[in-house]
Amino acid sequence: MTDHLDGNVLAGALSEVFTGDVTAARARCGGCGRMSVMAEAMVYTNAPGLVARCAGCDQVLATIVDTGDRLILSLAGLTAIELRR
Amino acid sequence: MSFATRGFSGRRREPDTRLPPGQTLVQDWPVLSAGPTPHVDTADWEFTIRDETGAEHRWSWDELLALGVEDVTVDIHCVTHWSRLDMDWRGVSLDKVFENVESEHEYVMAHSYGGYTTNIPLEDLLDGKAWIATEADGGPLDPEHGGPARLLVPHLYFWKSAKWLRGLTMMPDNDPGFWEQYGYHLYGDPWKEERYW
Repeated sequence: MTDHLDGNVLAGALSEVFTGDVTAARARCGGCGRMSVMAEAMVYTNAPGLVARCAGCDQVLATIVDTGDRLILSLAGLTAIELRR
Repeated sequence: MSFATRGFSGRRREPDTRLPPGQTLVQDWPVLSAGPTPHVDTADWEFTIRDETGAEHRWSWDELLALGVEDVTVDIHCVTHWSRLDMDWRGVSLDKVFENVESEHEYVMAHSYGGYTTNIPLEDLLDGKAWIATEADGGPLDPEHGGPARLLVPHLYFWKSAKWLRGLTMMPDNDPGFWEQYGYHLYGDPWKEERYW
């Protein structure tokens, strides 16, 4: 059983926060330095929030907790993310 | 004649007083996980409590069970709104585990195989309120449910009952664990709906 989905599942929640398509954005993992588009991340959805992990080293790249009236977003596992204009 | 008409109005269901606000009763056991499931053999499993001096108190699987396994029937409440009532567990009371551990620190960080963490005040682990659970629903804990051993702290939301438990570290302050850093409440009392920051 696959217990995670790919990073495209982040699109809905992140579209509320960013104007562009963040799943197509390249980002660098703060753990192993791997550069990849967010769509390649492994996203655990059967959890109290969305948890996106690096496909290279499993480090947590991003989390999204939906409280109903707020989104609490962490990108703490990323060194940087490239957002196209 | 009110007693006669009452029968036609149907029996009003009383709210279940054992369900905290915002919770829904389930009969199954949903699997929630923030990462890959670790598979740890009991022969390799080890549990450690680290105190403020850096000293480590260690238990192998057999040493843990030798402290005394007890039957526990408790209600559990997940922050994702499901609750199970009268769930049967077996495990070792944290009172027994802490019997010979001296610490001035009042907070604990639970660590899991796989890297998960959660913070809990020490007093919430003692006096018969918490266990290291090794069995549930009449059998050994499956890896997907946190086996071989998970924390069981039923009076707090279930994310505090860390799966794949490998150790506890004493802390002077109530530093946030994994979900507590990412938006969930530092304490997590289901009866006060302490879900988020």
